[in-house]
Amino acid sequence: MKKIEAVIRVEKLEEVTETLETLHCCPGMMITHIEGHGRQKGLVEQFRGREYKVNFLPKIKIEIIAKDSDTEKIVSSIAKIAKTGEIGDGKIFVYPVEDVLRIRTGEKGEVAV
Amino acid sequence: MRKVIFLLLTFLLGASALCFAQDPGGAETLAANPSAPVDYVWVLMCGFLVFFMQAGFAMVEAGFCRAKNATNLMAKNVIDFTVASLVFMAIGFALMMGNDYMGLIGTSGWFLRGENYDVGRYLTFFWQLVFAGTAATIVSGAIAERLKFKAYFLYSLAVTALIYPIYGHWVWGGGWLSKLPFGVGHIDFAGSGVVHTVGGIVGLAGALVLGPRFGKFGKDGKPKAIPGHSITLAALGTFILWFGWFGFNPGSTFSAHQLRIAVIAVNTNLAAAAGAAVALLLVFLKTKKWDVGMMLNGCLAGLVAVTAPCAWIEAWAAVAIGSVAGLLVVLGVYFFEGRGIDDPVGAVSVHGLNGVWGLISVGLFADGTYGLGVTDAPLIRGLFYGGGFGQLIAQVIGAAVCVTWAFGLGFIVFKLMDKYFGIRVAPEEELKGLDIIEHGTPAYPNFYTTNQG
Repeated sequence: MKKIEAVIRVEKLEEVTETLETLHCCPGMMITHIEGHGRQKGLVEQFRGREYKVNFLPKIKIEIIAKDSDTEKIVSSIAKIAKTGEIGDGKIFVYPVEDVLRIRTGEKGEVAV
Repeated sequence: MRKVIFLLLTFLLGASALCFAQDPGGAETLAANPSAPVDYVWVLMCGFLVFFMQAGFAMVEAGFCRAKNATNLMAKNVIDFTVASLVFMAIGFALMMGNDYMGLIGTSGWFLRGENYDVGRYLTFFWQLVFAGTAATIVSGAIAERLKFKAYFLYSLAVTALIYPIYGHWVWGGGWLSKLPFGVGHIDFAGSGVVHTVGGIVGLAGALVLGPRFGKFGKDGKPKAIPGHSITLAALGTFILWFGWFGFNPGSTFSAHQLRIAVIAVNTNLAAAAGAAVALLLVFLKTKKWDVGMMLNGCLAGLVAVTAPCAWIEAWAAVAIGSVAGLLVVLGVYFFEGRGIDDPVGAVSVHGLNGVWGLISVGLFADGTYGLGVTDAPLIRGLFYGGGFGQLIAQVIGAAVCVTWAFGLGFIVFKLMDKYFGIRVAPEEELKGLDIIEHGTPAYPNFYTTNQG
């Protein structure tokens, strides 16, 4: 089992969600509104004639726990949809997951995913 | 002390009760002047518009400040008009519009009693009250996000009981400035000086005594932007003020029979437009961004500047005056920030600086087609229309007196309060925002708000 953690543009969330639904291998997902920066280090904004730096920009973080066999398909789908080619598209991280437990039934492992 | 106040009150009430009541019902006034109703309706409607400007100020200030202080800003904008209403009835109106003593103060009409129980006097009172409230509320922007509510309460008392009415008497109550031996004396049609310079400069005094907000200046002393939480509210507030100004300026004829109101309305609007356009373009040249905040400031600056000359100028002059106002407000904002003065909404540049410019512009652009609220002579003529330097000198003297008076008294009031109880909130309160600790009520309890800086 793997945990896929994708940081994407806010405006890409809807399209990514729709695509993942069509894959039928992505049982659930969690999203968080986050702020952060990558190599570009924020943006310059302006208020009443004076510029100021915004260090952290709003992004969406998606977390998905998937079966090993589905992981590659999910990661490549997100990457394809979330890409604009401009700075600020985000990153995807994949981690191994030791165990999963479905609280309602007590099932463990891949069946609980 | 209490005894003295009691005796004074008894004296004031007793003395005014002896006077004869004039026309509280209005029948005699109507019989004497059958066309009075149109003037009454005109003045009252314009007065209601001026009152609505309170909402405009509240929204501009809230929008330009952070969400964590929005409740406090609303509280201040309500309390200053509340205090103004009561204090102006008791003391302010008599000092400003009562029988003149030595050209310095008015001395009759305390508590609106006696002969002031009269429809005409009440009409004058209402008109002057909404103006006093406007002068008071301007200050809350300059001292926003760090002044204790208690201090603002007491400041409102001082400005509406003394600072505003006494200066107002000098210009509008038959006082010494209106009788200067230059031109026709110092004149200020709708209050660039009386209302806006007074408010803006008292705000400057307050901002100086308070010091800047945390985070306004970096460790190197360079000013930093502290973005407000809602440009939407700031724009709404500016539209409300722009709309209210159509009462503020045309209503200052105090008569619907002065058809000059049409000219005044057009001039008012043109100056606002010119101020907004110039401020927007200036900032664009500097940063290559269309800066809405500064455009809103520019619009208000144009309105403030045209307030004194609006009845005596023609359209091109209104555009010129508004354009200079747009330039002045941008330079003013950078100038004051560059000197370590933190004015969160730009009130000092918008009202203080452009109030002075408005007063001076009368002496330059007045075109000799209109007199002192009437079409009869003496007509007002400025330097550019062959009127010579007389009127200009009267305007410069009045402006200098206005700035000195407002800054001097404003500084004393804030400094005294600071000495006795400290006017600035505790550092941790400033960081958390004034809403929760001063008022117990966050402005947006069901929204996620961020606390930046």
